[in-house]
Amino acid sequence: MQRILRKIIKVGTVTEPLGRSEQTIEVLGSELDRVIRKRFQKSLAIRQVDAGSCNACELEIHAMNNPYYDLERFGVHFVASPRHADLLLVTGPVSRNMEVALKMTYDAVPNPKMVIAAGDCAVCGGEFGCTYATVGAVSQVIPVDVLIHGCPPTPTDLIRGILMAVGLPE
Amino acid sequence: MNFTLTQTLVSRLHEAAIPLETREGPPPCLQVAEGQWAKVAQIARQEGLRLVAEWASEENGAFTIHAAYALGAQGYALAATQLGQGVEEFPSLVPHYSVAARMERIIHDFYGLKPLGHPDLRSWIKHDSWPEEAFPLRKDFALNGPLHRHEGSYPFIGTEGEGSYEIPVGPVHAGIIEPGHFRFQVVGEQILNLEERLGYAHKGIEKHFESRDAVSAARMAARSSGDATVAHSWAFCLAAEQAAGRAVSPRAAHLRAVLCERERMANHIGDIGAICNDAAWVFMQMQCQRLREDLARLHHRLFGHRLLMDLVVPGGVTRDLDLDGIARLRDQTQAVAGEMGELFKIYEENTSIRERVIGSGGISTQDAHTLGLLGVVGRSAELDLDARRDAAYSPYDQCPPQVKVCRGGDVSARLWIRFQEIQTSAQLIEKLLVDLPEGGFQEPFQAPAEGSWGFAVVESWRGEIATWIRFGPGGRIQRCYVRDPSMINWLGLELAVREVPVPDFPLNNKSFNCSYSGHDL
Ligand code: SF4
Repeated sequence: MQRILRKIIKVGTVTEPLGRSEQTIEVLGSELDRVIRKRFQKSLAIRQVDAGSCNACELEIHAMNNPYYDLERFGVHFVASPRHADLLLVTGPVSRNMEVALKMTYDAVPNPKMVIAAGDCAVCGGEFGCTYATVGAVSQVIPVDVLIHGCPPTPTDLIRGILMAVGLPE
Repeated sequence: MNFTLTQTLVSRLHEAAIPLETREGPPPCLQVAEGQWAKVAQIARQEGLRLVAEWASEENGAFTIHAAYALGAQGYALAATQLGQGVEEFPSLVPHYSVAARMERIIHDFYGLKPLGHPDLRSWIKHDSWPEEAFPLRKDFALNGPLHRHEGSYPFIGTEGEGSYEIPVGPVHAGIIEPGHFRFQVVGEQILNLEERLGYAHKGIEKHFESRDAVSAARMAARSSGDATVAHSWAFCLAAEQAAGRAVSPRAAHLRAVLCERERMANHIGDIGAICNDAAWVFMQMQCQRLREDLARLHHRLFGHRLLMDLVVPGGVTRDLDLDGIARLRDQTQAVAGEMGELFKIYEENTSIRERVIGSGGISTQDAHTLGLLGVVGRSAELDLDARRDAAYSPYDQCPPQVKVCRGGDVSARLWIRFQEIQTSAQLIEKLLVDLPEGGFQEPFQAPAEGSWGFAVVESWRGEIATWIRFGPGGRIQRCYVRDPSMINWLGLELAVREVPVPDFPLNNKSFNCSYSGHDL
């Protein structure tokens, strides 16, 4: 126990102010949507869906929760079920084998809801494009509100994208 | 690459009077008649060889089945059998190697070739909604060929008996993880049986390869499994360079190994944190996440990518290191290894985490050997396997790593091995950077001649990755096969969690940390 406490004290708090994004983030949708989205500010529940990513996007999504970025300080947290979620964070070029599961997950999220397509694959199919095995962009399957480019997007890009989705500048 | 085993296998097959032809490579390949295919496997099994992979290819409308075998320090041997024109079946290797089961189901899915004697030909990657007559890896199937959906269902292994019930989980899981489906048969809270259903992350990677040249295909290889992007790129490049008959400069080889060892450190550190987190020990998770982030940030600064994607390319690496970069990399590697040593002590003293991991999800050495489990999973059950030493690819032929194995095969053993390997990697990085040879780090890649082939393995943090490649006209890839270690280790997970309580499944799953994407491709 002593060692644990000593380590915690020695490391201290490493959380940083949010840096600048490197990649393009596009917020789509109308002004009315934005009003609704603002209601989610300070308490946003996210359900992440991997629709066939290469798993590098997931590594960066995990990194948002590390002590440097500490996503939860912005009132954003991940939930275990789409039924508890306000927002779907989708990665991957939507493999044909995940298409139905993605639609069902979207349907399970209560209204009003938002969708972020994170990573080049989710934005436009990325390296995988549209083939016998992948649909391509997430927006081909469910409505998308925010696009976060990058392969993979950095944790900063991801956090900025999420905050922009609910109308917060940072 | 070490292909010494080929000679051993040739003499055994001669003794058994199996006619064969050796196609001189590099790498050499033993051609046997289709009728002898299973016999070869039988002899290989008797000799204690491990089945590395089994895959198919198509040339001029006829099919070939390939296999790779391995045996410790003797390295690797390739075998192939050509099926006659119009022949669409081949003898299954499953009676000798159960690990071939899913690989042959994939051949069946993608080529429509039937493994005779295979006990379970349910579709695997090709899910039930796909048309049965679509065989995506056949040459007459286009990459963007349409798939007409239809209704279908997958017959899971059922359960009967009083008090037993089933828990279906996935493909969308409760955490931030890749998609897959698990079907548990349970009594009380004890798992009787786990049946995995994978394929949800299938992206047609092997088909994508076939429309590209080596340089463009390397981007695809880098995305086979993003967490092992360096190792996958490296295996691909080694195979392509072997086909081209060219080796990269010593400096490039060293830099590749440095990147690969850093990737190993990052993932092992991440896994240790995540395993502890699944046993509700957040302290360790936060410390490890912090260290992993430190690694990622330095990667971004020195190499321009936090996860080191697209740095290993045919012909070398895209970035060199200057003296300042070398110093930073050495310093940070040693500092992080030092902190992990400290955290190891804390871990060892913490009785509540030890209580959760010791004895959970054990695999016997016998089972590990029968399946040929790879990487951390194999070494934690006393399998002394490591491609860096056994395949002796450059630069590890100059500095083979100390391979650590341990007993137990449980979550605790898998954690222990990770802690040890972080230290080994740190030592290797130090050595590789101190001895970094002068010279170029990237040369233009000369497209190999039509028909040339290559086979390479690389020890990723997860275990051995095997890649086989053959070039067609104009430097285009005619076929490229990738075997991620997860293809084999997923089978180990099914065995490990028998009799584990359901709430401990995430702990076990994380301690294996198999790749869904790498498996599904
Ligand atoms: S965007 Fe890049 S990192 Fe993300 S899933 Fe696609 S290939 Fe992987």
